[in-house]
Amino acid sequence: MRTRVLAGFVVLALSLGMSARAIDTTVLPTDELQQRYEALTHGFRCMQCQNNNIADSPVGLASDLRRDVKEQLLAGKTDDEIRASMVRRYGNVILFNPPVSPGTVWVWIVPGLALLGGLYIAVRIVRRRAALVASDDSVVESEDSQR
Amino acid sequence: MNRFLIPAGVFVALAGILYVGVVHSPNKSTMQSALLGKAAPKFSLPVLGEPSRTLNSTELAGRPWVLNVWATWCGACREEHAALVDIARAQQVPIVGLDWRDEDDAAQQWLAELGNPYAVVAVDREGRTAINFGVYGAPETFFIDAGGHVQYRHVGAMTPEVWQREFVARLPRAGLP
Repeated sequence: MRTRVLAGFVVLALSLGMSARAIDTTVLPTDELQQRYEALTHGFRCMQCQNNNIADSPVGLASDLRRDVKEQLLAGKTDDEIRASMVRRYGNVILFNPPVSPGTVWVWIVPGLALLGGLYIAVRIVRRRAALVASDDSVVESEDSQR
Repeated sequence: MNRFLIPAGVFVALAGILYVGVVHSPNKSTMQSALLGKAAPKFSLPVLGEPSRTLNSTELAGRPWVLNVWATWCGACREEHAALVDIARAQQVPIVGLDWRDEDDAAQQWLAELGNPYAVVAVDREGRTAINFGVYGAPETFFIDAGGHVQYRHVGAMTPEVWQREFVARLPRAGLP
């Protein structure tokens, strides 16, 4: 039983690996370029499919953008230059990790503020109830005396 | 009474923020072009139906023009085509076609069947020019002023209303740089 489950997992893992490779089979001449290529393509949104990155998308536009990344890498461009060239054409929306700017900084601040606010409210409610229980010993005593 | 005041206030404030967001955010399917106000990308591409001729974007400088990105595989392009043919008839501004990731034969047949609204059609078989324009789906239509700057991008099928509101209305200010 256990070996069968294990074998199933192995097959699953292998097939997952194969399907990931099937979309993008680009090979760059050095390991360093290959790693940068994969990191970059995983960081660009497929604009046609919204929730995929261009490395995982089979649509034509994604393959055109992958080719663009590859050509820029081979031309000696830095990662920052390649990201900037994408943003210049498609805007920040193409980045999965958009830069912090005066307009977007609230995206990071508001969740923190909401958490602190919720914490404050929770602490206040707990304290108030604790105070109620501590001061209101008559109820407890009367219940005891009825027994 | 008082204990409901703060939650109610928070609710109203949140509802207000979300309402403004929903009403004013541009539709996700029609993202604003990152190229607005910037120089239109240069290109040099073969002309559909004239294999020996190359269209260089510099030939278009000096007057306003419209770039319509289309393809025969694109459903909404068929939808907008009649509107484009009508628009072109008025000859207010030249419409340059960008045949994106398409087959030449199919594209020529399409124009023969449905009419040709384009002053010229550039063939972008590898999609390089489309990328430079930040195209993410066909059809897209760009308005470029005489100075070569992108003034507007419409995503989706062109309609007479959009044409009047966003393109014709920009013509008077699109003259010489």
